[in-house]
Amino acid sequence: MRHGKYPLLLAFLLPPLALYGYFVVSPYAQSFLIAMTNWQGLSPAYEFVGFDNFKRMMGDEYVWNALLNNLWLLVLLPLLTIALGLFLATMLNVGGRGGRSTVTGVRGSGLYKVIYFAPQMLSVSIVGVLWAEVYNPRSGLLNSALRALGLDGLAKIWLGDPAYAFWAVLAVMVWANVGFYVVLFGAAMQSVPRDIYEAAALDGASRLTTLVRITVPLLWDTIQVAWVYLAILALDGFALIHVMTRGGPNFSTDVVGLRLYTEAFGDYKWGYASAIGVVMFFVTLSVTVLSLRLTRRERIELS
Amino acid sequence: MAQSDLTRRTVLRRAAAAGVLAGPAAGLLSSCALGDDTSGDTSGKYEGTKSDKNPLGVKEDAPLDIVIFNGGFGEDYAKAHQAMYKETYPKAEVKHSAVVEINKELQPRFVDGTPPDFVNNSGAGQIDLGGLVAQGALADLTPLLDAPSLDVPGKKVRETLLPGTVESGSFDGKTYVLNYAYTVYGIWYSNKLFTDKGWEYAKTWDEHIALCKKIKAAGIAPWTYQGKHPRYMSWPVISTAVKFGGPQVAMAIDNLEPGAWTSDAMKAAAEAWYQIVKDKYILEGSPGLDHKQSQTEWCKGNAAFISCGSWLESEQKAVTPEGFNMAVAPTPSLGSGDKLPFAAIRGTAGEPFVVPAKAKNERGGMELMRHMLSMKGGKDFTGKVSSLSVVSGAADGVTLPFGLTSAVKALADSGSNGFNWVYNVYYRKLERELVDAACGEFFSGRTTPAEFLAACQKGADLIAADTTFKKYKRSA
Repeated sequence: MRHGKYPLLLAFLLPPLALYGYFVVSPYAQSFLIAMTNWQGLSPAYEFVGFDNFKRMMGDEYVWNALLNNLWLLVLLPLLTIALGLFLATMLNVGGRGGRSTVTGVRGSGLYKVIYFAPQMLSVSIVGVLWAEVYNPRSGLLNSALRALGLDGLAKIWLGDPAYAFWAVLAVMVWANVGFYVVLFGAAMQSVPRDIYEAAALDGASRLTTLVRITVPLLWDTIQVAWVYLAILALDGFALIHVMTRGGPNFSTDVVGLRLYTEAFGDYKWGYASAIGVVMFFVTLSVTVLSLRLTRRERIELS
Repeated sequence: MAQSDLTRRTVLRRAAAAGVLAGPAAGLLSSCALGDDTSGDTSGKYEGTKSDKNPLGVKEDAPLDIVIFNGGFGEDYAKAHQAMYKETYPKAEVKHSAVVEINKELQPRFVDGTPPDFVNNSGAGQIDLGGLVAQGALADLTPLLDAPSLDVPGKKVRETLLPGTVESGSFDGKTYVLNYAYTVYGIWYSNKLFTDKGWEYAKTWDEHIALCKKIKAAGIAPWTYQGKHPRYMSWPVISTAVKFGGPQVAMAIDNLEPGAWTSDAMKAAAEAWYQIVKDKYILEGSPGLDHKQSQTEWCKGNAAFISCGSWLESEQKAVTPEGFNMAVAPTPSLGSGDKLPFAAIRGTAGEPFVVPAKAKNERGGMELMRHMLSMKGGKDFTGKVSSLSVVSGAADGVTLPFGLTSAVKALADSGSNGFNWVYNVYYRKLERELVDAACGEFFSGRTTPAEFLAACQKGADLIAADTTFKKYKRSA
């Protein structure tokens, strides 16, 4: 048996590795090269320009503006999504106070799970179109609801106003992603021994204390993974924003991914666009490594 | 759990290492995306002998590879043009394909040096024309323009076209683009609404503001605009300035002259238009609507005026109420001192068709254009898609819908006073991103006229100082 292991392993590993190399690694590698050229993407002609594209980026206020928006997303998206996800998962799995002997979720938690998870099943473009209609300042669901409640003063132009557009988009990103993390955290909570929660309940711990003192420390590994996923998502954000606002109004919702796309497919500056991509590659990589480092903690052994 | 975490970190570390290694390896792989200089050389083009019936020297049995944008105009009109070509050259095999995203379909073929013979480069996925010209990817259409017309005896093709057609496709004096559909840009209103209410379209700006006041009093918002694409509002502003200061206002903008956007004419126009912002004559919520939503509000009668091109009628077909009778009119004159009369309107050829420089059957591509530019081809196009073609007089005798009829009349009234600008074709980014953003701020009331023009000028200066944009100049 032992000597037959490697051919079998290779047979399974090589084809996917080859595909990965051809379709993922090779384009990445090529973009490093293209970033050093002034290639315009419509003819085979190009010249090597060294680090000119990167120098240009340093002075491009629109790229900086987009990067700043990405950084805001990087801070806010994981924070809000994880906080909300933890809260909802707690309520659905251990927040119930109904049964005496078992630890359960609030009443109707099965239904809520379906509702929270539903956005996860929609494609990003559908989510974008859907919310663009909800935010329609004249006939959208949001303003209509506000007006019906007599809160006319709170009805805004949302996606048409630089003061609100970014927050409106952020809210959609949280909405679209939180369901997945509710399920992820919920699954992790299932693996936490029930008796810990029972003991906490017997000691009279409130829901909040249980969440902060028990759930978060025991779920730290999962939260860490969630943080990395959401950070990568925050550095992208392209698809949703492209559908909802195209970066407007007045670049208030612009992100680096959208800059890159516009430079490449709008102005046919493929060299420059690749340089933006290369920088984003390193930013994403650093953020991932950094967040793994920073969130490293002593692990609690269960049983 | 500890083990899985370790794996995750190792994976990342290896990914980082792969990134570093990828640098040197890139050279080996470069031929893939960047293309290869040796392919697609210009030899091996199909060439036939020139004659009176075949002035471009088309090889009669050479295949013709055609890519059409499948959008608002559909593809039936193109098939009809191809059928005409096939009638002339029965031995030619015509390969027709209609796609939605021209750039994704054709960019690799341009890079590879194997582009089609004829491209309708249009739609949201349009390949930047300035970029194509700058990279020498397009064939010079001069032979076509100087060839005799297919069915107008004694005239060259260029003599059968509406004014401005050749210029709209020219870069530094050479014509690379055939813009086939003629578009009129102006202010649109419902003829029915105005007749019912007893309103009359105002010819001067003061009267326009007075009319807006009346319209608002009647419970209708005087204006709305394509909020998420606010550049639509730059058109009436620039038009007002051009009529006030003459065509050189637009020429200065096109040529990126310093201070072109802050000229006296532009100042006067921006000041005038600021009135509709200040007096709240714009439908509430407009900045948050996209073009479809705002145009639909207008069709529902919630707003009286909207700025658009003559594609509006077909774009709104599904939601326009029966008897709405949309009509287009020129921008009001600022005063009696205007250089151009009230009737002067912005008209230009749009819907670009090109023949790639590396097309195998370059002559065939141009010959197909010659068929399109015949009287028969133009008439057929107008009949099929309810839009004007650039062929002068080809719409005569075709029954047109109400809006298009008003566009034809506006064009005739405008006559030789018609004007246009092309900075949006030369520098896509300037209009689509920079002026667009500035218009959004201005028409939402967040900036003053001076700030608005300064923002536009800043954008123009940015393009002018950027050596990576090829600069074009026009003198007519």
